[in-house]
Amino acid sequence: MIVHTVFFYTFALIAIISSIMVTASRNTIHSVFFLILDFISISCLFIMIGAEFLGMMMLIVYVGAVAVLFLFVVMMLNVSDQKNKWFQSKSGYSHVPIGMIISLIIFFELLIVIAGWKYKPNIITLSSINFDQTQSNTHAIGNILYTDYIHLFQLSGMILLVAMIGAIVLTFRKRTGIKRQSYFSQISREESDGVTLVDVKFKEGVKIDE
Amino acid sequence: MSEIGLGHYLTLSAIIFSIGIIGIFLNRKNIIIILMNIELILLGVNINLVSFSIFLNDLAGQIFTLFILTVAAAEAAIGLAIIVVYYRKTGTISVEDIDGLKG
Repeated sequence: MIVHTVFFYTFALIAIISSIMVTASRNTIHSVFFLILDFISISCLFIMIGAEFLGMMMLIVYVGAVAVLFLFVVMMLNVSDQKNKWFQSKSGYSHVPIGMIISLIIFFELLIVIAGWKYKPNIITLSSINFDQTQSNTHAIGNILYTDYIHLFQLSGMILLVAMIGAIVLTFRKRTGIKRQSYFSQISREESDGVTLVDVKFKEGVKIDE
Repeated sequence: MSEIGLGHYLTLSAIIFSIGIIGIFLNRKNIIIILMNIELILLGVNINLVSFSIFLNDLAGQIFTLFILTVAAAEAAIGLAIIVVYYRKTGTISVEDIDGLKG
């Protein structure tokens, strides 16, 4: 159990420091790297407490796709340097105390909720009655994801499809001055459009551009 | 050191959630950082759901985390696409320069 404690504090510390550095670092690319570090340490925590499927999903989806997408956009937009200090704006520092106060109020409200939580010593939930300890976490999630939650699962697939189409439509642009292939005119072209047969009379020749 | 329980994980999720909110309020330079802070907030919520799901032995929390992951990925893709289009139009993504609505 001491190993569990040590690992928890290590990963939690890394996660908190890197999530602070996401906002605090001057260079946006460094922010993306700290975001990746944050996701990795949180997924280690998930694997540690037994949600190994979600931990791996976190690595694949966030680190493999979302963070790399962020990195790609940051490099594409050429805005990596935040020129001035990170919390300074044209209107001065007036937004800093208000933002800090609101965030700290939210934090302490959450802490009050956590500290005031009364734990029932032997809690029995609906799903834990038939809980099978021999099957793995992934197996258990698959068992209920494809049966009880199948409609939500398919709906989330639809959300991903709509997001993909939306992103493509938003970023697609028609450029002028670029020669493109026109499939329709290629396919609908017939022999009479391209070839003309002419009877050439002897010693008279033919005018082509008539 | 005491044994790690549900309270430790909930505190960690509260800390990360609050750091995300602080980042949204304080950042005035780069709207991509704000999107990253939204990802941090969703991460805090995910920690909350997963730790409750583990400690109460109920898998529904992990299923919902899976759906949050899906929505977060879709949201990041759409948000970044909007940012790319905006940058093409105006040449800046600084938060204080985005005042077209004069709100």
